[in-house]
Amino acid sequence: MTAEIGHFALILALLVGVVQATLPIYGAHHGIRPWMAVARPAALVQLALVATAFGSLMHLYITSDFSVLNVVNNSHTAKPLLYKISGVWGNHEGSLLLWVLILALFGSAVALFGNNLPPALRARALSVQAMIAVGFYLFMLLTSNPFQRIMPPPANGNDLNPLLQDPGLAFHPPMLYLGYVGFSMAFSFAIAALIEGRVDAAWARWVRPWTLAAWCFLTAGITLGSWWAYYELGWGGWWYWDPVENASFMPWLAGTALLHSSTVVEKRDTLKGWTILLAIVTFSVSLLGTFLVRSGVLTSVHAFATDPARGIFILALLVIVIGGSLTLFAVRGPALVSTGLFQPISREGALLLNNLVMVTAAAAVLLGTLYPLLLDAIGGDKVSVGPPFFNAVFVPLMVPMIVAMAVGPLLAWKRADLAPAMSRLWMAALAALAVMALAWAMFTGGPLIGVAGVGLAAWLFVGTLVELASRVRLFRDPLSDSVGRLKRTPRAAWGMTLAHLGLAVAVAGMAAAGAWKTESIQAMKPGDAVTVGGYVFTFDGARAGRGPNYQLVAGTFRVSRNGKPVVTLMPEKRLYDVGQRPTTEAAIHTTFWGDIYAVIGEPEGDSGAYVTRLYFNPLVAWMWTGVLIMVAGGVLSLSDRRHRVGAPARRGAAVAQAARA
Amino acid sequence: MPTRAIYLLPLAVFLVMAAYFALGLTKDPKIIPSALIDKPVPTFKLPPIAGGKGDGFSSDDLKGDVTVVNVFASWCIPCRAEHPLVTELSEMKIARVYGLNYKDKPADALRWLKAFGDSYYATGADLDGRVGIDWGVYGVPETFIIDRSGKIRHKQVGPMTPDSLKNQIVPIIKELKK
Repeated sequence: MTAEIGHFALILALLVGVVQATLPIYGAHHGIRPWMAVARPAALVQLALVATAFGSLMHLYITSDFSVLNVVNNSHTAKPLLYKISGVWGNHEGSLLLWVLILALFGSAVALFGNNLPPALRARALSVQAMIAVGFYLFMLLTSNPFQRIMPPPANGNDLNPLLQDPGLAFHPPMLYLGYVGFSMAFSFAIAALIEGRVDAAWARWVRPWTLAAWCFLTAGITLGSWWAYYELGWGGWWYWDPVENASFMPWLAGTALLHSSTVVEKRDTLKGWTILLAIVTFSVSLLGTFLVRSGVLTSVHAFATDPARGIFILALLVIVIGGSLTLFAVRGPALVSTGLFQPISREGALLLNNLVMVTAAAAVLLGTLYPLLLDAIGGDKVSVGPPFFNAVFVPLMVPMIVAMAVGPLLAWKRADLAPAMSRLWMAALAALAVMALAWAMFTGGPLIGVAGVGLAAWLFVGTLVELASRVRLFRDPLSDSVGRLKRTPRAAWGMTLAHLGLAVAVAGMAAAGAWKTESIQAMKPGDAVTVGGYVFTFDGARAGRGPNYQLVAGTFRVSRNGKPVVTLMPEKRLYDVGQRPTTEAAIHTTFWGDIYAVIGEPEGDSGAYVTRLYFNPLVAWMWTGVLIMVAGGVLSLSDRRHRVGAPARRGAAVAQAARA
Repeated sequence: MPTRAIYLLPLAVFLVMAAYFALGLTKDPKIIPSALIDKPVPTFKLPPIAGGKGDGFSSDDLKGDVTVVNVFASWCIPCRAEHPLVTELSEMKIARVYGLNYKDKPADALRWLKAFGDSYYATGADLDGRVGIDWGVYGVPETFIIDRSGKIRHKQVGPMTPDSLKNQIVPIIKELKK
């Protein structure tokens, strides 16, 4: 019964979606207000229906209803409750349901809180949202129905992939999807603006909070995934350039570019066509991410489903959504007139540089990810793919960008002088040199990229603080004046400062963890000791045990430094009862300067010896902390008065309206 | 008008991509493409693993007889599972098996070979993965079979299994030796 309720709710959502996708946009074109007014209630009804469907599926999982195929394939009665719930989206069909739930959530948010939007823009944007939703409802109902029954029902389920039975991964997909789908708002507004042929400061201000929110979620989601890979895969690494990781990284790069270019539209009334294109591209790569993971075009460790029928459907969906929007862009884009002019050396110029680097990086990731496919399609010759390719492309792109990142905020809008800005950064240059000298002294002979990386991080960190100081005229005006300025600094500006500081901290972490990781792989007998990164790991042997739905072998390592005990680590190796799949649970002790990381592997014969992998990963915590600071910056910027109150936005709209009249 | 053309560019790029996707969908996703099949091995010369035995190997060594190149690394977990089969293949003495040590630390690699056995005819260290790039190494382990003329004739992506050894690798080598 529950399954049928969910199924019918989904069908009804499709029908409501069709209404929402057609009436309001038609009404907006012909000025029929009642038709435009359909958009808001329709968006809310869609949310109610999708939430019903999602709730039904969750109920089926919690009660372990094995008459439903999806539950059979992905659940088991012995599974802890948390993973019964996260199992709902830990599979192809369920994750699509989560996707449309979040889409409906964003749609209703516009319907509920979009009071300050012009009615026509709101109606059009909601219609575009509904078109996307209709595509996904059809996809689910025709090829991927989560409520499919199975007869006769088996006695128990096949269990969720044990790698996915992890608290970090329980929340990774919802976060990621909030990011992906959040960019659909920027997309819908961009399409609405193209139809109306109008992009102005007010438009940028409406789009910005949605983009910011999506960016925050996506940043957090990617980091959760990376963190999970770090402690669960047990290789001591945190980024593998895996196609699925790349699928989430591309929208992040494009979305970051969009955030920066929308500022230019808002403040300077220029780069309009470019910003619209970025909004389209950002959501397109989000969709592409979905496509790559699910269609079977690219296979990866964590691809959920590979089924050609689904692939063809998604390709058709992509062609309609992306091809359609780019066609609209080609037709209507030239009509968007930018009024603000600027010199290459200016704030706009710096933001454009950021955009170009981000987009190039996204294109490089796309190319690297699709390469095997392209190669196969054209029957061409060899070129590099994999981490060497990405590192070779990313480092030369990111180094100049981070150098420029400290300079950009110091430049004036429209036209600026490089020399005074650079001269204000002497402190940052000094800090960078000092840190690089220190790093070189500590790790002489190590990879230069590490030295350069922490130097860049110091440059960006101090450079961002210099910008803050010069913004409040610290030491140039009386201190009380500076404090007063500091207090009046808008939250959006604080957000930028925090986000840039966070990136500096994260870059330091990535550079150090990448360059100076020390590892040791060996067979150890109880009593053996190995020194890694200055820490002595003494192996005390391993014992067998049982968890709720798995068997485990837990090793014990006493870790000491200079004779003083630091911590006892107990890494596990698990073998899940259903499916008999092994997983590694690394034991990690985080310190300010790095993570002490231990993994236990296979036993070696009958001697009581085990293969062990021991690591010291420097500054890993900086990476996670840096990203948290970036997200905090995004949230702070989101809470800026001009997004919350909407009053300046309305005033802006009124001015724009008056200007057009 | 040139400006208009710029606005058309994104659409054009996307359509080309979509065409590639459509082509990609027609292929079996399980078969990882290899553009190198039936092509001569890329020219290379690898030094031995620092501190280890032998003189490394180069593309010249892969000519004249049927050979096997097994890409391995100490950090690669599936390689451990596969290694007994590599040893088994070496001991059959039907083809020389070369070990391409991919992006590994020499000390780790030597310890690994000591722990799990070194039956390779010769090993070469590809420290920075450059030779691996030329070979189109996508994931470790990978195993290539090279014919007498130095052309790559088969590529196994991922670990060999007892089944793939018995039913693919060995028959292919025997066929090529005829």
